Amino acid sequence: MIRPDRHGKSASATVEALRAAFPDAVVRDLVQSGDQQVVYIDPGRNAEVLDWLRTDPGERFNLLVDVTAVDYGDGRPLEVVYQLWSIPHRRALRVKCELPLSHLAIASVTALWSAADWLEREVYDLFGIEFRGHPDLRRILMPENYAEGHPLRKDFPLRGRFSRAEQTRRALSQDMEQYYMPEEMEGRGAPQIVPADESPTSAPGSKGR
Amino acid sequence: MGLSEQPAEHLPVASSPPGGVLGAGTPTFLTTRLDFVVNWARRNSLWPMPFGTACCAIEMMAAAASNFDLARFGMERMSFSPRQADVLICAGRVPYKLAPVLRRIWDQMPQPKWAVSMGACASSGGVFDVYSMVQGIDTIIPVDVYVPGCPPRPEGLIYGLMMIQEKIRQERLSEHGTLRAEDPAEVARARADAEEVLALSGPFGNSTRQNRVSGPTGSDASDRPDDRIP
Repeated sequence: MIRPDRHGKSASATVEALRAAFPDAVVRDLVQSGDQQVVYIDPGRNAEVLDWLRTDPGERFNLLVDVTAVDYGDGRPLEVVYQLWSIPHRRALRVKCELPLSHLAIASVTALWSAADWLEREVYDLFGIEFRGHPDLRRILMPENYAEGHPLRKDFPLRGRFSRAEQTRRALSQDMEQYYMPEEMEGRGAPQIVPADESPTSAPGSKGR
Repeated sequence: MGLSEQPAEHLPVASSPPGGVLGAGTPTFLTTRLDFVVNWARRNSLWPMPFGTACCAIEMMAAAASNFDLARFGMERMSFSPRQADVLICAGRVPYKLAPVLRRIWDQMPQPKWAVSMGACASSGGVFDVYSMVQGIDTIIPVDVYVPGCPPRPEGLIYGLMMIQEKIRQERLSEHGTLRAEDPAEVARARADAEEVLALSGPFGNSTRQNRVSGPTGSDASDRPDDRIP
């Protein structure tokens, strides 16, 4: 039983609304950990379903808390997990997409939530899932020249695939100047990501609020 | 130090009490071994370069704070610039991505320099016998003293630094070139050779008894070429 929010609506109602809006995109749903509503959707339509959840006036899941993935092993499909939170309605929803191991690709949601940028890079780095339409799909945690695969897969050996000597050699052959893009080093592009309603409108020196 | 036999009134200590500090008419120089004086100065003015990456760094901070007070040993100041540091304290685990950073910081420190590997992770990888972790920083840089513990208590770090001091006390300038010289061509390369590094990872398994070639399916890079980044 999911506790209703302050408008008397629970996350179960979100699933019902989702089924009504996308009758063939919702695969199944369940409740986990007491009150966590989980809904599985068609991975081919994740962008439009998540966009609807983000913009629909009754839902407004405008905060993307986390993007991650789960590998259950034994050839079972990988799950991409979107953890959503609706700030206006104070409601949580977990959206999952099952990807078969033969086709590890899904549409990026960076156009919906900018927060997805680094989170999807992390999932790509550690699970090897390709996010189509991502603006800058590079490794983020492992070194740029890492060639042993994607470490959080169940079939990845704990100590990696190369010998320790080869791992040390490759680590020391990294070019540290390549850790950051020139744009990141110079802070270019930073003013553009400030939303228009939060950018300073008054001239410098006159803002004495 | 008066190395020449000049009259006392011409020396910089001319403001000392009449007759000189050692009494009237006494010579104002002393004889000693150069090794002793140089080592005495060096071991009592070691400036640490803190390379703290994990919980060991908390104990290192405690060792530097007033209760334990590293300043008693001449370590007045943690030198956060490697160019003014004498002893590198690597406190915490070092992942492979950080290995070239550690190596570069070591290369930036002026000679003579010493290194302390603080804690189990820096010394051997500790419990992190995994794909991402350097199995002992002595595969990256030369290490003088290993401090065991997880993390070591501040007393342990202080004991390790006193061992550095003892090592400096026994150094001889005539042997210094062979002890400390590092070929610039070796910079940014692994210190240990391949066999030595390989020996660090085996034959011991960890709690899950995994080894490099385990896994539900064949997991060699040659078996799964699509895992390779082009």
